[in-house]
Order: sequence, then structure tokens, then C-alpha cells
Amino acid sequence: CGSGSPPAGRSGFSAGHRSFSSPPASPTKVCVVGGGPAGFYTAQSLLKGSPHIQVDIYERLPVPFGLVRFGVAPDHPEVKNVINTFTQTAQHKRCHFLGNVHVGKDITIQELMQAYHAVVLSYGAEGNRTMGVSGEGLPGVYSAKDFVGWYNGLPCNKELQPDLSHETAVILGQGNVALDVARILLSPLDLLKKTDITQNALETLAASKVQRVLMVGRRGPLQVACTIKELREMVNMPYTAPDMLPADFQHVAQALADLPRPRKRLTELIMKTLNEDHRGRQGVKRWGFRFFRSPLEVLPSADGSRASGIRLAVNKLEGVGDAVTAVPTSEVDEIACGMIISSIGYKSLPIDPAVPFDFKRAIVPNNMGRVEETTGLYCSGWVKRGPTGVIATTMNDSFDTARTILQDLESGAINVSVSRPGSSEVVPLLEKRGVRTVSFADWEKINAEETKQGTAVGKPREKLLDVREIMFSYGLCCLISQMTKILQSQMTLSIHSVH
Amino acid sequence: MSLVFAAGRLLSGASRVAWRKTSLCGDPRRTSARQICSRLVTGALWSENKVTVNFINRDGERITVQGSPGESLLDVVVNQDLDFDGFGACEGTLACSTCHLVFEEEVYHNLGPVTDEELDMLDLSYGLTDTSRLGCQICLSKSLDGMTVRVPESVMDIRQSGGSV
Repeated sequence: CGSGSPPAGRSGFSAGHRSFSSPPASPTKVCVVGGGPAGFYTAQSLLKGSPHIQVDIYERLPVPFGLVRFGVAPDHPEVKNVINTFTQTAQHKRCHFLGNVHVGKDITIQELMQAYHAVVLSYGAEGNRTMGVSGEGLPGVYSAKDFVGWYNGLPCNKELQPDLSHETAVILGQGNVALDVARILLSPLDLLKKTDITQNALETLAASKVQRVLMVGRRGPLQVACTIKELREMVNMPYTAPDMLPADFQHVAQALADLPRPRKRLTELIMKTLNEDHRGRQGVKRWGFRFFRSPLEVLPSADGSRASGIRLAVNKLEGVGDAVTAVPTSEVDEIACGMIISSIGYKSLPIDPAVPFDFKRAIVPNNMGRVEETTGLYCSGWVKRGPTGVIATTMNDSFDTARTILQDLESGAINVSVSRPGSSEVVPLLEKRGVRTVSFADWEKINAEETKQGTAVGKPREKLLDVREIMFSYGLCCLISQMTKILQSQMTLSIHSVH
Repeated sequence: MSLVFAAGRLLSGASRVAWRKTSLCGDPRRTSARQICSRLVTGALWSENKVTVNFINRDGERITVQGSPGESLLDVVVNQDLDFDGFGACEGTLACSTCHLVFEEEVYHNLGPVTDEELDMLDLSYGLTDTSRLGCQICLSKSLDGMTVRVPESVMDIRQSGGSV
């Protein structure tokens, strides 16, 4: 990697950089909590912004990249190209990756703040919003977060074993996660076989009886939350046909002319599906939107053992523009289905009682990335602004937080006159607590093994699903204390061979 | 103060060398277009064929570089090691809009057709204009010699300059 020294003559930097021109006696130590896109983009920007900054990235899982590995759909390998840039960051001489550290449990934020000049919370949104309706806990009801984690090899979701034995699946939500799930449920197996989807998911999908996937949204076609790329993939998917209700599209055509281009193109693409009549076609799987509907109740089967349908309130819209809201009418609708996937949003969770948390918005309250009322604490990504947007949104947002930190270093708001020990104090402390960290070099061994296993079956990689398997395979098992920790963790632990 | 934008060339070396090997004009999935592009390059007189491109970066600074026919504008940014933060995150695979560029109207009309897939990604870009394209989809040719392209601000910069939270 580059030296990190700034080139001469770049406006803005040279002026800002002068305050560092007599370098601090010791490096500025910054800790990033979370090894997903927000963490890596923040680290990248910090390393680039000052040659005196050292960044340690702490990640709860033994493997890096967060939702790029565990969220991005397996049939979107091109989106995962950002991993190349993240790898460059992790390999930078002033950057260290420390996996398998559960911040908030293995070590507190306060301890990290004592060991570092600045701490950045980039831990994302591990929770999910719930529908809040009766029957939500019935077998057959899944959160999209778990379902995505299952097909993407997230260790804690590997035992999900979704029941795909019914013809109709209903997804609550119409965002890109909902479309990812619909696409995975309906994609021809031959396409999925070439992706890094887990072998376990592939086998379950091979036996799937799901023929129709309906995505339910509380508002109308003009408010649909997905982006056009994902919608076009549905439209173009082989052996499938759209299944829409023309009644949902009243007044949409008239509204088209006044829409900004992105919304207009998206709406036109949905409208196009209405004109296609596939009713007579045999052997074709169906996908569709159901608009103006909010969940009221998950309907149990006759014996009460599982979900057999969903009751929905029919909504009308009130207000104009982006502020339009759905208001339930007295009318209800029911859809019979054997599978319900709730995809109404991820949600950040508080990490440590010492950190302010806005429970209503489910974010860490902040001003341009500065955590309120806490000097030296910052945030980036979903925990900063909520779980929306594409990776580029998180990238810009993380660059923004890094800029804030650089400004605070320049202004003296972050006190760098005292040296901080960084990981040299934290790692021994973690070891004392039985936590064995996983380095980026360790991950590269895991990566090589996954790639090798994948190549053998014509896939880009075969993800290792078991934390214990990951640790055993690479000579990391020598520390009994580590195994004890893992055994005690909430992750699922049965030894599971991928093949 | 845009410290970050103005900063050094960290993280550039190795990744960019690797990229050079893999990145070719346009969407890698469209092999035929790629092959046509490379044939044009090998058949041409290299030295006479350089194409001058003027970039206006996010600080309003003009950067003049040369590329070769067959290279995409993203390739030019990468090969010339231009420091546009976050540019080309998906490495030219039509999976993001970070190589968004704004063209002069006259040049824009000479750029060739836009695919639906490119428009789809452009629709997600910040500061979309009527003459916006993705740099990864623009293949350099002699007819584009001397053009000026602007790297638009990202959303966070707009917010920053607006002074709001």
C-alpha cells in the first residue's frame, strides 16, 4: 500500500495538514467498532486523511466485511467487489483487523475509549423491526434478516431450515431485501449453483415447493421502496411472470408525468408488468406486489401448529408527495400462504449502557457523526443514520464521519497530547478474559480455504458456517479458553461439515 | 474543509495495479463490446492515439490527463491514480453509481447509447443531471479528445456545504 504521505499542492489538505506538521509524539489511535462497509470506509478515509492515525477495526464475528458477506445477495457478486478495497485497507500497515471480539460484552466502550484517542461506532443494525401482530411467532414466520443470514451463511442462522413446502410465500415489505428474498426463492437453481450461496440453502431450495411470492406494502406503487435494478432483475428473471392487481394502479398513469426521473422510470417498469398476460403459461413461477396493505394478524392453521395465512388491513393514502401516509380502512383482505417473511427493516441495537441511544429512531444520536454528549466517540453507517441506502450511501456517510474526526483532530477537540496504548492494552485484556482475536492474516487463511472448497464445486466460495469449524481449521484452536468462549456464545455450535 | 478529498494516495498502489489487469471498458459481462474495444487499441498507432480528458474534481480543480482509446473513463481515473474519493467502488460492473460523471451537452450526445442498466444505476446517483453518465460505461475514442467532465459532489458534501445537520 501507499505510504500515506499526502501529495503536495492539494488544496484543502495542505492547510489542514499543517497542524499535524510537527507530528504528535505518538500515533493517533482510533478504534472502529464493526468490520462491515461503514467500518472499512471510515477506516479507509481516516488512514488517507492523516499519516499519524492508526486504526484498529474490531469485529464480533471471526470474519470481516459484515453485510457485504452476510447481506448482499449471492447472485450479486459484482456488489462484493468492494471487498477488494476493504482488503487493501485491512492490509495497510497502519490498520489492524481484530475479529471475534464482541464489543459491549468482551470489552466495554469505556475501556476502548480509555485505550484510544477516538472510538467510532460502525456496528450496523443487527436487530429487525417486528410487525407487532398476533401470530408473529408461529412456525412458518421468519424475519428477512434471518432468512438472508441463512442463505448467506451467517453462523447464527445456519439452523433456520425454512419450511418451503407451501406454494405461496408472502413477504411483508417491498424494499431491496424483500426483492432479494423473492429472487432467491424463485431463481432457477442453475443460476444459484454458481454463486456463493451456502450448500445447505441450495439443497433446501432445490426441494422448494414455492411457486408464488407476493410482496406486501402499506403504501402504493408510487411509494415502492425497492430500487429499479432489483425490480428489473425480477422482471427479467427466467421462468417467472409478474402477478399484480391492476386495481392497485388506479391514478398511477396520470401521476407519471410529474415524477422525477428515477421514480418515473421505476414506476414505468412496474406498470410494464401489468401489460404482460401470462395467465395461460404453465410451469411459470409468479411474483408480485400487493399494495395498500398492512398486516393485522398471522392466521394459524386449523390445528394452530403453524402459519397458514395473513390478514391484512386495506389502506388508503393521505397526504401528498413523500409525506404520504397509509391509513387503514375498515376493509380487510386475507392471503393464504405457508410462509411469511417479515422484511420491514433492520434496526440498530444499543451496544453499551454508557453510549447514548435514541430508542425511537433506533440510532446513536449524533451531530455529523459526533455522538452527542460524549467527546471522542463517533458513529458511521446504519447506526448513525438508520438502516437505509445502498453501499455508496454508507460510503459517503462514513467519509463524512471521518472528515468530522479529522476536523476534531485539527481543532484539538480530540486531545492527542497524551499517548494511548490502543490494541497493545486491549488485546492482553481480551486474552485475560478468554477472547482470542482473529487477525486479517487468519482471515486470509479462511478465505483461501473457502475459495478452495468453492472452486471444487464451481462456486466462487463455499462459506464455512460454523465458528468452531472456522477456528479449528486454521490452527487457531490451540487456545482452550477461546473454545470455551465460543461454546458459551449464542452462536449455534454443532460441528457441521459443509460437505 | 475537505481534508479527506485533498489527501494522499494511500491505498492506491496495489489495488490499482490489480485492477488494471482486470478492468476493461464497459461492463465485463458484455464481452463482445470489450473485444471490439481491445482490437481497436491494438490496431492503432499508440502514440498518436492518446485522448486528452479534462476532469473537474469535487473541489473545482481542473486535472488534465491522457488516456488511450478503448479505456473507459473509470480506467483513466484508476490508471492515472486520480484521487476522487470512493470513485468506482464496484470496479466497473454496473453495481453502483460512484463513477458518476457529468458531461458537456455536446459531448454527451456523442457518447453513444445508454443501456437501461446504466440508467438504473444513474437513477441512484447524487446530483443526477440530464448529461450524467457512468464513467465505467464510457469508452474513450479520438472523437472525445479534449472533453471536459465534472465529478459531481456526493450527497454528504452537499449537506456539508449547506451547513445543515
